[in-house]
Amino acid sequence: MRTQSDKTMTAVRAAPYGATGLAATRPQSLWRNFWRRFCRHRLALVGMTILMVLTLSTLLGPLVYHHRINDIDFAVSLQGPSLAHPLGTDDLGQDLLARILYGGRVSMAVGLVAMLIAILIGTALGATAGYCGGWVDHVLMRLTDLFIALPPLPLLLLVVYLFRDTMRRLFNPELGIFLLIVLVIGGLRWMQPARLVRAAVLSLKEQEFVEAAVALGTPPLRMVLRHILPNALSPVIVAASLGVGSAILAESSLSFLGLGFPPDMPTWGRLLFDAKDHLDSAPHWALSPGTMIFLVVLSINYVGDGLRDALDARKVL
Amino acid sequence: MSRFLLRRLLISVPVLLGISVVLFSILALAPGDPFGELALNPNIPPEVRFNLRKQFGLDDPLVVRYVRWLAAMLHGDWGYSFVSRLPVQQLILQRLPTTLFVLGSAYVLALLIALPVGILSAMKPYSFFDQVATTFAFVGYSLPTFFTGLLFILVFSIYLGWLPFIYSSTIEAGGFAWVLEHVRQGAMPITVLGLFEAASLTRFVRSAMLEVIQQDYITTARAKGLAEYRTILKHALRNALIPVVTVVALQIPAIFTGAVITEQIFRVPGIGSLLIAAIESTDTPVVMAVTFVYAALVILFNLLADLIYGLLDPRITYG
Repeated sequence: MRTQSDKTMTAVRAAPYGATGLAATRPQSLWRNFWRRFCRHRLALVGMTILMVLTLSTLLGPLVYHHRINDIDFAVSLQGPSLAHPLGTDDLGQDLLARILYGGRVSMAVGLVAMLIAILIGTALGATAGYCGGWVDHVLMRLTDLFIALPPLPLLLLVVYLFRDTMRRLFNPELGIFLLIVLVIGGLRWMQPARLVRAAVLSLKEQEFVEAAVALGTPPLRMVLRHILPNALSPVIVAASLGVGSAILAESSLSFLGLGFPPDMPTWGRLLFDAKDHLDSAPHWALSPGTMIFLVVLSINYVGDGLRDALDARKVL
Repeated sequence: MSRFLLRRLLISVPVLLGISVVLFSILALAPGDPFGELALNPNIPPEVRFNLRKQFGLDDPLVVRYVRWLAAMLHGDWGYSFVSRLPVQQLILQRLPTTLFVLGSAYVLALLIALPVGILSAMKPYSFFDQVATTFAFVGYSLPTFFTGLLFILVFSIYLGWLPFIYSSTIEAGGFAWVLEHVRQGAMPITVLGLFEAASLTRFVRSAMLEVIQQDYITTARAKGLAEYRTILKHALRNALIPVVTVVALQIPAIFTGAVITEQIFRVPGIGSLLIAAIESTDTPVVMAVTFVYAALVILFNLLADLIYGLLDPRITYG
């Protein structure tokens, strides 16, 4: 919480510089303090480094690595790693490194956008429920309970199955399926952020600074957006970082079941789906995309763990 | 006890109704007309098509259609599969035992791993064992079941050739050979699912135990000279399990996700692979029914969690 870390901050500032003999100590800003605490969690730092390297290589890799993702060459099909094809080829002789780099863009984009949607819905509903209270709170929380009881994967499959063709027709095929998947994954993952935000809002709205803002005549919307939500940010940041990982997993599961992206959009899950029938002759095909999913999700989980430690003001680091 | 059960069952009715509303509205909002193909057939005059629509009540208001659908579902009339022409409930009943068997054994395996590991970790926090266990739990939690499943097939079926990677529901053997074959074919799906569950369960058990062990009554138990294993198992574990049950109950929907994927990888003939097959062949009645069964299972297991609560915590009375 900001109020508590503010207190420790002012305490640090208030300490007479000369008395401690550390005259050169720079004043700690909120972000510097946060960064210092984050760096204590070494594995989170490692995770963040891996994540940055992977993100940069999927973004910049195709600029350096000039294989196209759909160059079909049956002469080199199902080959293991070689100089010409560092990660080998698939059954059509397509270069796997190029496909993994491209797939990484799609997988990570799905993770980020789906998480943003989930956080937006969750924050809006949670803040409304917490701030309004009464029957609004009751109705919204029952709705949340209902969505928590829904089995996510079967529902995800059902919605994609029913709306796939319409979305492809409405937009172009790639954008249509991307929007559908992102909307459904986001639409089934807002419950946890909603509960976190509601809990934070419930405790924050009783505090004095909110009372002061009411006395100054702050309208409700401004109150929630400017005064309450910024203070409820830390649990949301942690949930958001972990949400990216679980959204990437959800997309990969969907594609792995053959119901996500089409073969011309090779996400990591889709690559695994295509590879699973060639496990005996070409294990390299399944190993590299699987390792990528695992690495990204593991790194995200460690970063989320580090963020939780860094943002939890009750924990002394 | 029976009154409590009855009340809990009554509470789960609105949730089931809510889920049925969600499912029905998804289906109603979806594009596509069940008689769309008839419109393309020149031998069928349009009047026949309109009469059919009228007969099946497709033009009735949404609410009427929902009530009729719900009534049919409650009567056990779940329609016929478009593909196999069999009643949907028969298809599901055939496959449900396999799903429950794999899921149940995976869960038992997960508990057998998670409880001892979680307790030992919490007894000596930040020791070498604890660090190894927490790291493994963290890594296992980030390893998706579809990747571990493929790795298992690669190692145990292809390189080592120990285990079959296709699940067969008809084993032509009797007695001991039958049991052995079931164990062999069930080993991989159950282990994959069980290890994944064990990873998250270990984390919950460890943190719940850590919290309980610090409490005063544990110190009291130790001070009065109670053996350490009795303190942990009789005094700490029971209280630590209460929050664990809560988290497990919340995780149940996610467990079914893992189960669908595992069934698909190892071709286990359960309702998960039925769902995927039905989606691939656009068999809408089966898709709807399986999704509904999953939702009902979630509620059933939540009910079970509530009962376990009462066993663990005597303060909860089934009044």
